[in-house]
Amino acid sequence: MRALRLGRWLQAGGLPVPPARAVLTAPGTSPAPVPPRPAWQHGEPRPTPQQKVTVEVLDHLEHLALVDFRDAEGVERLQKAIQFADQLRDVNTDGVEPMDSVLEDRCLYLRDDDVTEGNCTNELLKNAREKVEEYFVAPPGNIPLPKLEERETFLQSS
Amino acid sequence: MAVAARGCGGVWRRAWQRGAGGPSPAPRGQRAVACNARGGAVPAGKSGLAPWEPVVGLEIHAQISSNSKLFSGSQVQFAAPPNSLVSFFDASLPGTLPVLNRRCVEAAVMTGLALNCSINKKSLFDRKHYFYADLPAGYQITQQRVPIAVNGSLSYSLCIDNKMSQMVTKTVRIKQIQLEQDSGKSLHDDTRSQTLVDLNRAGVGLMEVVMEPDMCCGEEAAAAVRELQLILQTLGSSQAVMAEGQLRVDANVSVHHPGEPYGVRTEVKNINSIRFLAKAVDYEIQRQIEELESGGTILNETRAFDSKLGCTVPMRDKEGKQDYRFMPEPNLPPLILYDAKSLPANMNHQQVVNIDLIHERLPDLPSVKRAKLVERYGILPEHSFTLLNEDGLTEFFENVVKQTQMKPKKVIGWILNDLLSYLKQHSLTVKESPVSSFLLADLLNLLEKKEISSTAAKQVLAELWKGEGKTPLEIVKEKKLELIQDQKELEQICQAVIDGQENEVMAIKAGNLKVLNKLIGLVQRETRGRSNPVVVKQLLEKKLSQ
Repeated sequence: MRALRLGRWLQAGGLPVPPARAVLTAPGTSPAPVPPRPAWQHGEPRPTPQQKVTVEVLDHLEHLALVDFRDAEGVERLQKAIQFADQLRDVNTDGVEPMDSVLEDRCLYLRDDDVTEGNCTNELLKNAREKVEEYFVAPPGNIPLPKLEERETFLQSS
Repeated sequence: MAVAARGCGGVWRRAWQRGAGGPSPAPRGQRAVACNARGGAVPAGKSGLAPWEPVVGLEIHAQISSNSKLFSGSQVQFAAPPNSLVSFFDASLPGTLPVLNRRCVEAAVMTGLALNCSINKKSLFDRKHYFYADLPAGYQITQQRVPIAVNGSLSYSLCIDNKMSQMVTKTVRIKQIQLEQDSGKSLHDDTRSQTLVDLNRAGVGLMEVVMEPDMCCGEEAAAAVRELQLILQTLGSSQAVMAEGQLRVDANVSVHHPGEPYGVRTEVKNINSIRFLAKAVDYEIQRQIEELESGGTILNETRAFDSKLGCTVPMRDKEGKQDYRFMPEPNLPPLILYDAKSLPANMNHQQVVNIDLIHERLPDLPSVKRAKLVERYGILPEHSFTLLNEDGLTEFFENVVKQTQMKPKKVIGWILNDLLSYLKQHSLTVKESPVSSFLLADLLNLLEKKEISSTAAKQVLAELWKGEGKTPLEIVKEKKLELIQDQKELEQICQAVIDGQENEVMAIKAGNLKVLNKLIGLVQRETRGRSNPVVVKQLLEKKLSQ
C-alpha cells in the first residue's frame, strides 16, 4: 500500500506544519496504513487545535498565485480547503513509500524524434485576446503585486 | 576522478586602489583582474587588506540538438516565423499531454557519460512553477529531485599569464545534468509598453548542466564553458552555438576571506558569450569586494550582464524571493534506463535506452583528440588546443600533413602562424579559406625541396590568398621566385653586399657575429628572397674569413 502525497503543496506553499501527527493506531499493534473507522469527519471539530492562516502566509499566497482572497469569506474558504486537505496528515504513513502518481509503475513511452506537429499559428492565435502580426501580446514584463502596505486589500485590516 | 586540481586556491586582493595614481581610473570590469592560476595564497601586500577568495559556480543550459521538441512533435529551428513551431501542447491547451522524445534522453545520457557522470537508471520529472508570459503552462517540466545524471567532472585547461606555453589543467565537479523544457521568447516593446510572445522555443529540450563552485575567476569559468562547448559539439548532443542561444550560462559568484565560510552569492543570469562570461564574473567579483570593503553587504539577488557597459545590474523583473512550488509531474511516469545487465529480454527496442550501447558509441572527446595529435605528430600540447579550437582546423592540418613531405612540426607553424592569422584577420572560417589544404601542401613541398626560400613561400602564399586559381608553382614561375641555384651569381651578390658595408664587416671581424645576420638580410633583399639563407651564411662566412 502506498499513500498519495497530496499534502505536499501545503508544505511547499510555506504553510506551517501542524505540531504533531495524530496517531490512530493503538500502541503495541503494528500500524495499519488506513484506519479501520473514520476518526474524524469533515465538519466536526478537529481533534487537534487548528491553526489560523497568518496574514504573512496569505500575502505570500496572493503573490505566488496572483490571486486576491478579497474578503473574510475568501479567507474562510481557503481555511476550509486547508482543513480539508489537512485530513491527509491524520493518516499514518510511517514506512510507506510515497507515490507520485498512479501511473508510476507504467512504462514511460518514448517517441521517435520526428516532426509531426506545429504549423498551426492561425488556430493558436484565435485564443489570443490581442496579437501583433504572428505574436501573442502580453503586458510588459511581470507586474508583481505591490507590497502589502502599499495596496488596498482586505488583508490590511485583518 | 581527479578533484585535486579543483579550484585554483588563488587569493585575490583589490587589484587597484580607489583613486590612486591615474587621473581617471578605468571603469569597473575593464581592469585587468588576473587569476592566480598556479594556486597558493598571494602574500599580503602593502595595502594590508585581508585577501579575498572568490568562488564561482555555473549553471549551463545547453539546447539539445534534435528535430523535434522534448515533449511534443513540433520542430526545433532557429529564426522561424513566430509561433509557427508550436503544437497545442507547447501552447498549453487543455487536454494535451507530454510525450518524451527518445533522442533528447539519449543526448542527455551521452553528455552525462562524456562528463564522467553516474547515469540514474531511474529519474523523475517535476514541475517548477512561475508566472511569465512566455511560459503558458505556468510551470516548466524539469528534473529537480532525481535528475538523469549526477556526480561527474570536467577537466579544462587554461594558460597562465596569457602564455600559451604555460598551461594548467583543472577539474570542476559536475553536480548534475537534468532534462528540462525551454521557455518561449519575449520581445519587449518599450515604446508601446507591451510584450510580444513567440512560443517557437517553448518546449525545446534543454540539458541543464550544474557545476559545483570549483572555479575562482572569469578566465576559469570561460575555459570550463569552452571545453564543455567543444565536448557537446563533438558528441553532437548540442550544437552549442552561443550566438543562437543554444548555450546560456548563469554564474553564481561570491567572495570570502580564506578560512571563513562562503559569502552571500549573487547570480548573473543569461550570459550568452564566453568573452562576456569572463568579463561578467570578474566584474561581479570586483564589485562584491569593493562593496564589502566599503562596509556594504551583498544581497542574494539576480543580476544581468550589460555587455555595452561591461557591468552587472540587478534584475528588477525577478524581484522578491522565489518559490517555485516544485511538485512531481503527474503526467510522466519515472524515466527508466537500462544497461546490458538490466535489459529486459522481450522489450521493444524502440522503447529502450541502453546506457552501455551509448557508452560504446561515444566518439573521441577533445582531450583524447588532443593527446592523439600530440603523440602522432609530435606537436606541442598548446598547439593541439589551437587546432581543436577552430572548427575544421585539425582536419585541414592533417590533410596538409598527408600531402607533404614536410615534418608535421614544421607544418603546424604554417597552419597556426600563417593560415590561422590570415583567417582571423579576415574573419573567415577554416572552411572558407581561399587556400585549400592541397594548395598549401603543394607550396610547402616546394619549400621542402628547397626550390624556394621561406621568404619566397610567404610571397607565394600572399598571392594564393587572392584565390585566383593559380598553383604555387605557377606563381613561383611568374614572379621568378625560384632559389638562385647558380653559385657564381650568389657569390657575386654576397661580395657586393660585403663591399658596400665596411662598418658591419669590421664589426664582424672584431667578433660581433650577430651583425652577420644583417648581411644575410641584405643579400636576401638583393635577391628578393630567392637565396637560401643557409647557403648565403656559408658564403659570407667564407668570404669574411679570407
